[in-house]
Amino acid sequence: MTTSRRGWRDHPLVQLTLVRYREFYREPEAVFWVFIFPVLLTAGLGIAFRSRPPERIPVALVAQPGADNALARGLAAADGIRLRTLDDSAAAQALRTGDVALVIRPADGAVEYRYDPERPDAREARLRVDEAVQAAAGRADPVRTNEETIRERGARYVDFVVPGLLGMNLMGSGIWGLGFAIVDARRKHLLKRLTATPMSRPQFLASFVLSRLTFLIVEVALLVGFAVVAFGVPIRGSLLVLAGICLLSALAFASLGLLLAARPRTVEGVSGIMNVVMLPMWIFSGVFFSSSRFPDAVQPLIQALPLTAVIDALRATMLRGAGVSEVLPELAVISAWLVVSFVLAVRLFRWR
Amino acid sequence: MSGSPTPSPLILRQLRKAYGDVIAVDGLDLEVRPGECFGLLGPNGAGKTTTIEICEGLTEPDAGEVVILGRRWGTDDRELRELLGISLQETQFAEKLTVAETVRLFRSFYPRGPEAGEVIDLVQLGEKAGARVGQLSGGQRQRLALACALVGDPELLFLDEPTTGLDPQSRRQLWELIERFRAGGRSILLTTHYMEEAERLCDRVAIVDHGRMIAEGTPRELIASLGAEHVLEFAVAGGERLDTAAIAGVVGGGEPGRQDGVWRLQVSELHEAMPALLGELRRQGVQLSELRTHSATLEDVFVTLTGRQLRDD
Repeated sequence: MTTSRRGWRDHPLVQLTLVRYREFYREPEAVFWVFIFPVLLTAGLGIAFRSRPPERIPVALVAQPGADNALARGLAAADGIRLRTLDDSAAAQALRTGDVALVIRPADGAVEYRYDPERPDAREARLRVDEAVQAAAGRADPVRTNEETIRERGARYVDFVVPGLLGMNLMGSGIWGLGFAIVDARRKHLLKRLTATPMSRPQFLASFVLSRLTFLIVEVALLVGFAVVAFGVPIRGSLLVLAGICLLSALAFASLGLLLAARPRTVEGVSGIMNVVMLPMWIFSGVFFSSSRFPDAVQPLIQALPLTAVIDALRATMLRGAGVSEVLPELAVISAWLVVSFVLAVRLFRWR
Repeated sequence: MSGSPTPSPLILRQLRKAYGDVIAVDGLDLEVRPGECFGLLGPNGAGKTTTIEICEGLTEPDAGEVVILGRRWGTDDRELRELLGISLQETQFAEKLTVAETVRLFRSFYPRGPEAGEVIDLVQLGEKAGARVGQLSGGQRQRLALACALVGDPELLFLDEPTTGLDPQSRRQLWELIERFRAGGRSILLTTHYMEEAERLCDRVAIVDHGRMIAEGTPRELIASLGAEHVLEFAVAGGERLDTAAIAGVVGGGEPGRQDGVWRLQVSELHEAMPALLGELRRQGVQLSELRTHSATLEDVFVTLTGRQLRDD
């Protein structure tokens, strides 16, 4: 019989938190979905939507015996188009299948353009070709223009989508991470068994929050680090503000996860509830495109969603360099979700 | 402690619990004496689990009194949780944890008790200490559950069907562990629907049915209350028509009762009853298709009291 003083590792909160770590890292799939998948998704989207030099639009010039060489030369030198010379039927065929956006037919000193005006690239080709045709024929522009082109980091799609993915990941791992583990323990009567010991229930719940915060550091560091290194995504605000937003968001989503898992007895039951809660946020909260695209009538609803607030706050600090005072409304929404979910969760929680 | 008798570790008075229209426990009185292993014996649905979970503080009774180690649920919860060892009927421990990790977790909740390693050795899981719970056999899992119940050095142990679903060898192994704990002078309340288990482990048993206690005593007393040491069971070909009064007259031990096509008779003198029965059956012209005898058990007590078998299987 030993009743001697015990080490810190045998404190129940430490033991409970260790259980959370062990259950997580002994499940390779969970590690993949929480840590690796968001990075892969960022890589995929970053590559798919990377900035490219403007493409040259393919157009066809119908070859005519004894044609005007000046026209062909002028077109060949034109910007933004790629010229092919085809015979009449081949040109018509290429236009029909979309291989070229526009067909140019010289006829008796005039030039005929054939194109589909509903295709934006065809309209652009029409402007560029006409420019070249007129210039080749000797038109002079009355006004001289200068051009200065810019490419701004932070304005690309990858810059837009990384804060979205970060928010989505914070939500997913908070809700899934807590929801499944708790309902599984309830289903196995393990919760009931634990409540039959002197275990402190707040410590049990705290162990979930503590383990979430540890995983959070890894999650955020991996995703943001990858985005910065691989795509040069900017972090214009302070790292401290960014970390604070992530922390508050993780706590809010952990509370929400706790609430969703407060009653269900089966994993199927809680999955359904989690999907119903998360699906609207995936769609409306502006992960992949701006939430301002939805009608004004539903905007108040969208702005009240926790993920909208999280993503707006992350974008503001990462892309605009906003300080705490500028994201206060978002922080208020996140905090409200945290408090309300937690209070309800503790009240509704079913231990057996 | 000099002179004054040790108080009973568990006293239940007029315990009642209903779930909707179903009355699970219907006015149960029960007392577990110090150092005793007390068995609640009854079929599935008799209210055994409800009773033990009320004792464990997991279910609230509708009415009645529960006094455990001189304390009550609602006022002394924290103390009681530290003093009780509990094994629930169907707890599945986290499969990804090892045996040692699981026991150490449970140990961390209690202010006193043996080290995790000692308890693991005690339940003979030393070789499996590093194995994942998911890889354990049914018997090993039950011993792990026992280890988690013992890790707080409990004064009173609650075991809800500790051997259900185990093979005979695992069951005997668990019985030895429970006997060893009882030998240390602590008290146990266990539920079971195996009469063999109750006869082997329990100092006293209460037979419960439909939430009521229908008999209480030592296994020996209960069996003796049948007034017969042997049970004769027989079946006859094609025969519902049997002159049972005539059999009772010749054989003694009351009229035979019929259940699932088998007639049962309780007798005290087997060597006299058997020839008398055979003679009477021949006289009635019925053909015997089955004949068995065994020493009376708690099962026979239950069948006599309720007219039903203890188990469905």
